[in-house]
Amino acid sequence: MSQSDDTLLLANVSRRGLLKGLAGASALLLAARWDIGLANEQAQFGAGAMPGGWVDNPNVFIHIDANGLVTIVNNRAEMGQGIRTSLVMVAADELGADWDRVRAEQADGDQDKFGNQNTDGSRSMRHWYDPMRRAAAAARLMLEQAAANQWGVSVDQVRADIHKVVHPATGRELGFGQLAEAARELDVPGREGLVLKSDSELRFIGKESGLINGELKSTHPKAIDGEDIVTGKAIFGADVDLENTLYAVVARPPVYGATVKSVDDSEALKVRGVKKTVRIDGTGQPAAFNPLGGVAVVATNTWAAMEGRRALKIEWDNTPAGNNADYTSDTYRESLEKAAQSPGKVIRQSGDVEAALKEANKRVSATYYMPHMAQAPMEPPVAVVRVSGGKAEAWAPVQNPRATREGIAGLLEIDLENVTVHQTLLGGGFGRKSKPDFVIEAAQVAKAFEGQPIKLQWSREDDIQHAYFHAVSVDHLEAGLDGNGKATSWRHRTLSPSIASLFAPDPKHKAGFELGMGFNTMPFSIPAIRLENPPAPAHVRIGWFRSVYNLPHAWAIQSFAHEMAVAAGKDHRDYVLDLLGPGREVHNLTVGDGWNYGEDPEMYPIDVGRMRRVIERATEEAGWGKERAKGRGLGLAFHHSFVSYTAVVFDVEVDDGGQVTIHRADIAFDCGPQANPERIRSQMEGSCVMGIGIALQNEVTFQDGVAQQSNFDRYLLPRMPNAPKVVRVHLIDNPDDAMGGVGEPGLPPVAPALCNAIYAATGKRIRRLPVGDQLSA
Amino acid sequence: MINLTINGQLHELDVPDNMPLLWAIRDVVGMKGTKFGCGIAQCGACTVHLDGVATRSCITPVSAAQGEITTIEAMADDPVGSKVQQAWLDLGVAQCGYCQGGQIMNATALLKKTPEPETQEIIDAMAGNLCRCGTYNRILAAIERAADKEVSS
Repeated sequence: MSQSDDTLLLANVSRRGLLKGLAGASALLLAARWDIGLANEQAQFGAGAMPGGWVDNPNVFIHIDANGLVTIVNNRAEMGQGIRTSLVMVAADELGADWDRVRAEQADGDQDKFGNQNTDGSRSMRHWYDPMRRAAAAARLMLEQAAANQWGVSVDQVRADIHKVVHPATGRELGFGQLAEAARELDVPGREGLVLKSDSELRFIGKESGLINGELKSTHPKAIDGEDIVTGKAIFGADVDLENTLYAVVARPPVYGATVKSVDDSEALKVRGVKKTVRIDGTGQPAAFNPLGGVAVVATNTWAAMEGRRALKIEWDNTPAGNNADYTSDTYRESLEKAAQSPGKVIRQSGDVEAALKEANKRVSATYYMPHMAQAPMEPPVAVVRVSGGKAEAWAPVQNPRATREGIAGLLEIDLENVTVHQTLLGGGFGRKSKPDFVIEAAQVAKAFEGQPIKLQWSREDDIQHAYFHAVSVDHLEAGLDGNGKATSWRHRTLSPSIASLFAPDPKHKAGFELGMGFNTMPFSIPAIRLENPPAPAHVRIGWFRSVYNLPHAWAIQSFAHEMAVAAGKDHRDYVLDLLGPGREVHNLTVGDGWNYGEDPEMYPIDVGRMRRVIERATEEAGWGKERAKGRGLGLAFHHSFVSYTAVVFDVEVDDGGQVTIHRADIAFDCGPQANPERIRSQMEGSCVMGIGIALQNEVTFQDGVAQQSNFDRYLLPRMPNAPKVVRVHLIDNPDDAMGGVGEPGLPPVAPALCNAIYAATGKRIRRLPVGDQLSA
Repeated sequence: MINLTINGQLHELDVPDNMPLLWAIRDVVGMKGTKFGCGIAQCGACTVHLDGVATRSCITPVSAAQGEITTIEAMADDPVGSKVQQAWLDLGVAQCGYCQGGQIMNATALLKKTPEPETQEIIDAMAGNLCRCGTYNRILAAIERAADKEVSS
């Protein structure tokens, strides 16, 4: 290690306050071993490379009281993925805790203490599985040591059993609760002395339970929040109830970047219950996580605030919005389609595509469109904030509590230490709540009510019209086939506004992490490949939406591969297996992807063999190749994302009126080792339904810069009749590869698989999403 | 003044006649199990029972809520409601859980009226309740389980 590295390491450790009051090498050693770890400081990839890194100190995460109640701290946002159950289950299993005597406690936003808490990128389990197992194994060893000390025997003479430690030689035993106090006084053992349980000793990790493809295997271990949810006791953002709370809603500029020219609040202030209006200054473009500005109406209840807002007379100034005020979806789509006809910034190239296209026996060409979409979690954004005496305290359903604290601290110009963020349950996130703008907005209102909690509620209209929209996209593909239908060339131009436009002057080109979501990582084995990214400007706030740019990339690539198979007169499955080529590992750097979801490409290469396996499994399970009745067809799509592999086959029927009935979905999924298969299945089922919405219904359009949909009457989401009659999830048994993500990788192949099935059933090719009424027209 | 009978308890509220029942329940009475999702009766997160009928509280003014109001907080004491809740737990229906109170209220109202519904009847009856996490197959299976029908998904 060089001198400068040493200095950096010490500076970082010191910054985190871990050396405060401590001196010398032993303090550093302690910090290195248990709190942030040398690995964190030096890591290029994985959990250690995330801000705040990982922590595996048992004293941070595991507490046992004298009655034996085990409290396990969950540091990640719970938004429906089940992490509060799954991560707590991992620790409880390693510890040997009786599940009925385990409770979860939600960590406040404190990355210095709890490690990285940005719940995004399908990272929670793949980054926290190992640290939580180590923390639990250390706690177990401390309990064993405490028992050994009490009995006056060496620690290797005792062993932990379920919720107790036993001394087999004498039959003596002590419960975890009886040992907790003494164990707490012990030094935390070094990682080198930890022995994790073998698979055969595990009770929960990797074990199937619950509802498996229609059959109930067991009802244990039960979900941490299950009972609270079904009895209405679970606390989401708006359910935080503080004394003396005032309620706020905000009128925001309809066009991104516009400001308030004038406001007449006289009628609003007459509404019964309305207390005050507060001007919120927007910070212009790029907005990042800052409020959009506007006028807040503060009242004694939410309804009064909404009625007050209705009575506001606001004149908006569109001048600062520039040409955002001209943003109209049809025109924009046409401009991207036109731009897609010309070469763009070259992202990846091998062979001579233009020459190969000229020589091709047959050329296939298509352009695909995916519109803006709003995440629309069932719980609209909401936050409770109290500003008092130079400090701020927030209760909010946020995916990224650290960014929330930073945003509030910046707004109020106070130190980060003076901002507390309590994380509630999230009533869905899907990326919307990775942006804490709504909490910062609430803080701005709360600033005007010193000491009084402000609950700022977004209506559904606010949520859909002022979303951080999923990027609209045009993808134009062209391929050349030889006389046997085999692909000789592949040219793909992708156009979308970039999320980077949210934080900096609009780059108009996709960032590396955006291209790395299935564009440059496309694994087909074709002699000539050219991938380009022509420019596309942003006119609204563009943000993460579950699976992000994997959605348009998978939609275009998987639709087009099917079109190529049709043009070649080949079976779709056989054709794509041939396109993929033999099982092999593709290193991300060789395809120009330096991102790889933040993971080490040596551990997480693009594994074509795993891709083939999910395709083979899904098609086999679906009965691929069997004759179907008229109006009925199977459709396949697959995708690698968040370092996991998914293939989907739909069995679809389309009637003469264009009505789509989904008889069955077969989803094959390989995420490597499975911590909690039960919740993996539920994520795949949910992704399937959400993807059906992307295919058939979801669209936000703009006219003169204003979103044209505002609620579920026109922004359509899948409902029970849209769900497949049968969903089958086939988890690939693959404990030997590195663990992949789960929350997002199920989604990208769903829409193209469904559209490919619609083609198989009807011969109608969908190239513009959503399907809407295209089949009845 | 408006009188509301919620879960058998009388509440006298000083609120305007046109205040939706949802906000009276949440902000004035202070019961948080009934959720706000859309405000226009398109999602069902706010579903309560009014004299046993599944009702969207977000568009029902308090002046029209003159009857027995039952919320998710009272379902554990209801023989059908508790059965539905147990089926939800057994099959691990919930993901984020935000909509599930409304789903359970709607399902319970259905099963009280139609104890052994056909699958299509369930689908039709539940079409007004949105779940963004996409738990519909498990919701359907849980309702069939609560109705003592075969579990299917």
